Amino acid sequence: MSHSAYGIPISWFLTVGALLFCIGLFGMMVRRSAIGMLLSIELMLNAANINLLAFGSYLRVPTIAGQVFAIFVITLAAAEAAIGLAIIINIYRLELHIEADKITSMKF
Amino acid sequence: MVEHAWLIPLLPAIAFGLTLLFGRRGPGEGAYIAIAAICTSLAMSLIVAARWFLAGGSEAYHGLYSVSVPWMPAGSQAVETGFCIDALSVVMLLVVTIVASLVQIYSIGYMHGDPRYPRYFAFHSLFAAAMLTLVIANNMLLMFISWELVGLTSYLLIGFWFERPSAMRAAKKAFLVTRVGDVGFLAGMILLYLKTGSFNLFGANGVFENLSRLDVVGPFGLPLLAVAGLLLFCGAVGKSAQFPLHVWLPDAMEGPTPVSALIHAATMVAAGVYLVARMYPVYLADSSGTALQVVAYIGAFTALFAATIGLAQNDIKRVLAYSTISQLGYMIMSLGVFGYVAAVFHLMTHAFFKANLFLGAGSVIHGTGTQDIRDMGGLRRKMPWTYWTFLISTLSLCGVPFVTAGGWSKEEILAVAWHTNRLVFAAGAVCAFVTTCYMFRLVYKVFHGEPRNKDIHAHESPRVMLAPLVILAFLAISAGYVGTPWANVFEHNMLPVLGHSYASVLEHRLEGMHHGFNPVVFFVALTAVALGVGLASAIWLKPLLRIERLEPYLGWLARLVENKYYIDEIYQATIIRGLMLASWIAFKFDYWVIDYAIVNGTAYLTRLASQLYGWFDRTVVDGVVNLVGWTTKTVGNALRYLQTGVAQHYVFLTVVALIIISLAVLAGHYREEAWIPIAGFYR
Repeated sequence: MSHSAYGIPISWFLTVGALLFCIGLFGMMVRRSAIGMLLSIELMLNAANINLLAFGSYLRVPTIAGQVFAIFVITLAAAEAAIGLAIIINIYRLELHIEADKITSMKF
Repeated sequence: MVEHAWLIPLLPAIAFGLTLLFGRRGPGEGAYIAIAAICTSLAMSLIVAARWFLAGGSEAYHGLYSVSVPWMPAGSQAVETGFCIDALSVVMLLVVTIVASLVQIYSIGYMHGDPRYPRYFAFHSLFAAAMLTLVIANNMLLMFISWELVGLTSYLLIGFWFERPSAMRAAKKAFLVTRVGDVGFLAGMILLYLKTGSFNLFGANGVFENLSRLDVVGPFGLPLLAVAGLLLFCGAVGKSAQFPLHVWLPDAMEGPTPVSALIHAATMVAAGVYLVARMYPVYLADSSGTALQVVAYIGAFTALFAATIGLAQNDIKRVLAYSTISQLGYMIMSLGVFGYVAAVFHLMTHAFFKANLFLGAGSVIHGTGTQDIRDMGGLRRKMPWTYWTFLISTLSLCGVPFVTAGGWSKEEILAVAWHTNRLVFAAGAVCAFVTTCYMFRLVYKVFHGEPRNKDIHAHESPRVMLAPLVILAFLAISAGYVGTPWANVFEHNMLPVLGHSYASVLEHRLEGMHHGFNPVVFFVALTAVALGVGLASAIWLKPLLRIERLEPYLGWLARLVENKYYIDEIYQATIIRGLMLASWIAFKFDYWVIDYAIVNGTAYLTRLASQLYGWFDRTVVDGVVNLVGWTTKTVGNALRYLQTGVAQHYVFLTVVALIIISLAVLAGHYREEAWIPIAGFYR
């Protein structure tokens, strides 16, 4: 494991990213509110962003590619949030709640 | 005109079509179309005859005029069809057209008011067409076709009143019985064709020029020629109602009386005689003479046999029917004893006087409404025209010498028989006696004495029926003068028909015969007639002899004769019973073996096999299919629980799977052999 110029080992970044991802995953699994699940997805995306930035910076020849990817991810997250929220609002209008495990009207 | 003789049968054929299609709307309800056609044919026949006999001495028409056109190609050669005009055809043409036209005119009166009036004339036209084709055909195939066609029209006209079961049965009987003989005709025709390679009768490649090829020993040690002659004679036996195939003709009297006159007395039944006469070279070429002997004896036997039956019949038409059989037997007998010319001569005279007798009988039936002579009597005064014409023809049939046509022809037959076969001569003489007896019995019972049935009010027939009677009565006298022993125009013209070689064979056979007037024969014939008239008068005119007194001694004989020697019953008991038995056996065989064992057996086995197959299909094939379905359904049911629709569950499952895969990858990383290939990728 090489160290970057900042003297901080990459594992620290990765650990933060992994923790953040696990929190997001856990939240994704346990939150009943659709909004909460959307928030958890944001957490997981940002954990991925941390990894992308870290790997981009810690390459032997550092590139900007990691940061560009992160921008893409943020864009994607924004779009996803917009669509997700739109869906949630529509579900709320129909069902008057947003409890994800109770939305079963399409279940066979 | 001779070149266009083929038009003669064509006209009635066209009339047949027209009458059948437009009969009701045609002139005279179709009758006039038919009569116009047959009268035109008669006129054309007269022209042909005039041309023929006037040119008799010249080279152009000597003996034969025959043309053929290709008909149907068969292998390397073509079967030809065509017509021939010789003295025999001319005589037949005249006989057929004269009698047919008179009978059709007579039918206007007789059939008046019949519901199927146009059809009657249509059938008559068809008959005339077929019969005229038969007499001018120059090849056996065309002869056979028209031969069958006249049989068909005979069937149609016997069964014309098909509402009557007896008429229907008689028509079927006539058709089937003549068919028995026709098989022989067909076989003989095929035999001749196989050996000579031609259906054509005349010409260098024709049948008659190549008969020597049949001069080999055939079955039963007979020369093939004799076999061919006998087979052809079978056809004549059927058509001319000779023993043993005579049974159909008396029953054929169920048809309308003019039909009996034309078809079953004058023309169609004479076709058998015509056939033997036309094919006479076949018989002459047979040096053994077996075929001709058979012909002679069958003819003589039939002549006597039928005449005796005629003595005891009480139906006016049946008496005449047996008389016809008897006279046809006379002609056949004459052919058998080399009386070729005499037979054709008798055919001609017989056609006229027998047609007249039948039409006279028709007039009587028309006037009285019955056919049973026991109900008649004393009609002489009420129907004078019918009586006198009937009497003239009776005299002609009996063969009164010098004054009647039948006398000349019958004596010519007897003269030939006197020379060649005395046994046949004796039979002929006895037959002439019996003929006179039954005919005068008929005349006395119908026209003389007092009316026996007071309920019958007889009246004379209309003129349209009497005119043909008078014309035919005239012919029954005058037709004989063409063949008197002193100036035999008939013989002079008929002999060349056979061709040079066969005519000389015939002349050789008759060598030493006393040509001209034969006093012995004349005496015998006159005696027979005189005895016959005397006996009949003594019994039925003035009851000098009381035959009732013979009843205890000869009653069995009377019953035997009255029941026609039980021939019909014998046929019923033997042939028909045998056929019924055979068909019963065949039916049972068909029912039990073919239907039951084979067809039903096959069906049973098929059903069994299909049941087995069905069981296999239902259990094994369907089972496999259902198993696939069941498995899919069960697995789907089991897996359904995974599809909760709750996103968190999916995420949970994904995470669990991810953890397991990650552990596996990690575990594989430290192993010698990766058990998940992806782990090896990281090596």
